[in-house]
Amino acid sequence: MSDPNHDPVASTDAPEEAALAQVRAKAGEGIVVCDACPVLCRIRPGKTGACDRYGNVDGKLARLDPFVVAQRTIDQDGRLVPFLGKPWDGNLVPSPDTFVTGIGAGTTYPDYKPAPFIVSSQADGVDMVTVVTEGIFSYCGVKVKIDTDRYIGPEQAAVRVTGEQVGHVTTAEYGSQMLSLGGVRHLTGGSKKEGVVTCETLLTLCNKGAVEMSIDGGSSVLVQAGRPPVIGGVAEERMRVGCGSATIGIFARQWLGHVDEVIVVDDHITGVLTEHQAGRFLDMPHAGIRVRGRRSTPGRYFQVANPGTGWGGTDITDPLAIIEKIDPKTAWPGLRLLMVSTTGEHAGWFVLDDKLAPQPASMPEPIRAVVERIGENCEPALCTVLFMAGAGGSLRAGVTENPVKLTRSVRHALTRVTSGGAPVYVWPGGGITYMVDVTTMPDNAFGYVPTPAIVGPIEFTMTRAAYATLGGHVDCIRRIESIQGVERVKPIAWSPTNPWPLRPPAGEA
Amino acid sequence: MTIQAALLPDGRRLHLNHGPIDLVLEAWGEPMDVAASHEQATTAFRDVLPALVAELPILREPLGEVEPSLTGPVAHRMLAACWPHRHGFITPMAAVAGAVADHILAAMLAGRRLTRAYVNDGGDIALHLSPGERLVCGLVPDVAAPVIEGKVEVTHDMPVRGIATSGAATRGSGGRSFSFGIADAVTVLARDAAAADAAATVIANAVDLPDHPAVVRRPAADIDPDSDLGDRHVTLAVGNLEASEIDAALAAGLQTAEGLRESGLIYGAVLALQGRFVVSGDPSMLRLAA
Repeated sequence: MSDPNHDPVASTDAPEEAALAQVRAKAGEGIVVCDACPVLCRIRPGKTGACDRYGNVDGKLARLDPFVVAQRTIDQDGRLVPFLGKPWDGNLVPSPDTFVTGIGAGTTYPDYKPAPFIVSSQADGVDMVTVVTEGIFSYCGVKVKIDTDRYIGPEQAAVRVTGEQVGHVTTAEYGSQMLSLGGVRHLTGGSKKEGVVTCETLLTLCNKGAVEMSIDGGSSVLVQAGRPPVIGGVAEERMRVGCGSATIGIFARQWLGHVDEVIVVDDHITGVLTEHQAGRFLDMPHAGIRVRGRRSTPGRYFQVANPGTGWGGTDITDPLAIIEKIDPKTAWPGLRLLMVSTTGEHAGWFVLDDKLAPQPASMPEPIRAVVERIGENCEPALCTVLFMAGAGGSLRAGVTENPVKLTRSVRHALTRVTSGGAPVYVWPGGGITYMVDVTTMPDNAFGYVPTPAIVGPIEFTMTRAAYATLGGHVDCIRRIESIQGVERVKPIAWSPTNPWPLRPPAGEA
Repeated sequence: MTIQAALLPDGRRLHLNHGPIDLVLEAWGEPMDVAASHEQATTAFRDVLPALVAELPILREPLGEVEPSLTGPVAHRMLAACWPHRHGFITPMAAVAGAVADHILAAMLAGRRLTRAYVNDGGDIALHLSPGERLVCGLVPDVAAPVIEGKVEVTHDMPVRGIATSGAATRGSGGRSFSFGIADAVTVLARDAAAADAAATVIANAVDLPDHPAVVRRPAADIDPDSDLGDRHVTLAVGNLEASEIDAALAAGLQTAEGLRESGLIYGAVLALQGRFVVSGDPSMLRLAA
């Protein structure tokens, strides 16, 4: 993350060939010899030299923090085609199809100076300018969506990593538990250890790594962007199809004629078919089986059990435990009862005996088919990680002498904000507070400083005219071709699922 | 790569870099003297790394009873600072950062009138104070998580012109070098930065809980094949310790620190481990952050 302006142009004190040869001779397997300075560090795989700036990456000496540019290739029909799989030959050919990302761009924090790279290129005949920098964010964090109905812990509970609080459980969403991690209070407002652990947690999650967390009063969760969550050691496979009541509504007609009662066990709303509006509509007779919990509306029950990792996100392992009573005046011997969870992962088939006690029985095929269909309709459970940060006054000063004009330009969609080339959502209201799905960004796009704070790439793209209007550092604009001369440039393939940032902006002045 | 010299954005501090050496220095005085001191520092800095590299094999050897023959000015400072500690295991490398700081500070002062100056080599600091002057240094109780939680004020009357900090944080976890001990940070005040650097290393090595299961150790050469510590086990990670264990480790370090203080090798030391700390010397030299 060094200032590229200070990168040396040529080596004036390169080590002598003889000395280098001698050190190389005793380097040993997998060890690389760094010749960037006279120390000639021998570096083991995955380690860095004495300076921490050069390292052994897969057996090769590498300047750390490569500066990433993304290139797209377009076939003759104008379609985006995948970057050819061959390794980069060392020649970057900058073209309108090259986008310079903020990854590894460095920063001019605290931004008394223009941003490290202000790059111009032509896109569809329009002169576009991209201001590229890395933000140092104290005000930042991640929002984590965990697709599960399993109970992970109460809302507002502390989320901990190696004992340090890094965030909290926030408002649950449909089929998902939500965490809010990081933020300035944990990064710099608590103990130093809390700050360091929080920074490491955010960095790992944002760089698509896995983090094991524990929730006060809840369970442990292993979170990794784009991967299924592992809750209390059990990998979640699928989201529920809906709450218990919704499941009744979706499948009632398919059960009709094969069953006398269906109870869909769910931590949120447990559904009871013959009491439910769906059962009434199908003229099903009441079965007289009353479940525990608090009745919301007919056939819909809250709190039939405690939250847990059993059936339908409850702590239930024996489904019959939620049956409060069976009314002898209404129920009848031979009554066929299906109990099923909202993901179809748990299901049991029972028939009432002469004493009206439910007895397990072999599940008929038509019922099994519907249970499997519940499973089919559940989407794969994933963790999603959105990085959220605010681009503060000093970062904006690297773009323009009058920072509020940048905010307005973003607001009017004249300036496009991207993060490592990935699209971001900019919150309405004041400032430039944005969110980005880390899985849409290039790998290892984030870094940190020991403050502690997270370093994230951010790019502002606009027409050259718009850049001049908002008081931009136009005298610092460099042609994209000049990027070729920058040390440690690393071209990567453009992710074809992301919109191309250099397309002309939508907004109007 | 040659040396890099750049004023930091405040226009006052000069950053010098060559390979693994990063210095930040600042001087107070007449503008002409300040500018000249920067130039002198930069000139002297050019020779530092090449001279060290030339004698690196000797500098990485443990000191014994026979004084090694060294020629470089920084190497001499390293040897002088480490020589009193030769009865335990030590190589002159233990004082490299402090010795570089002292050497550059001396270059800045040659023929110049400066009221105050410092050279900070990654936390090992050489100081110059003229009569009546003082300098306040921030104190970081954990090298792996540098947050200023205390302050040390050095005045002209104190026999202190060097401050150095050592700890168990290894490369990749916030530190640059290795320790046999488990201290988060040991900060030492001494007559110059090289003396403080060597003593901080020795005291940090003594803050230890031998054979404790929560302490992960590994041969130094496994991590860095060039380490002057060879196959000796160095601390890689320290798990959570009981308060009584922390106090025992700190007490072991304090005993070493007191010995060094009594023999006049250091002025004082602050030893920190997992949120607890002990002070060797006058406790009033330390002011904790509010």
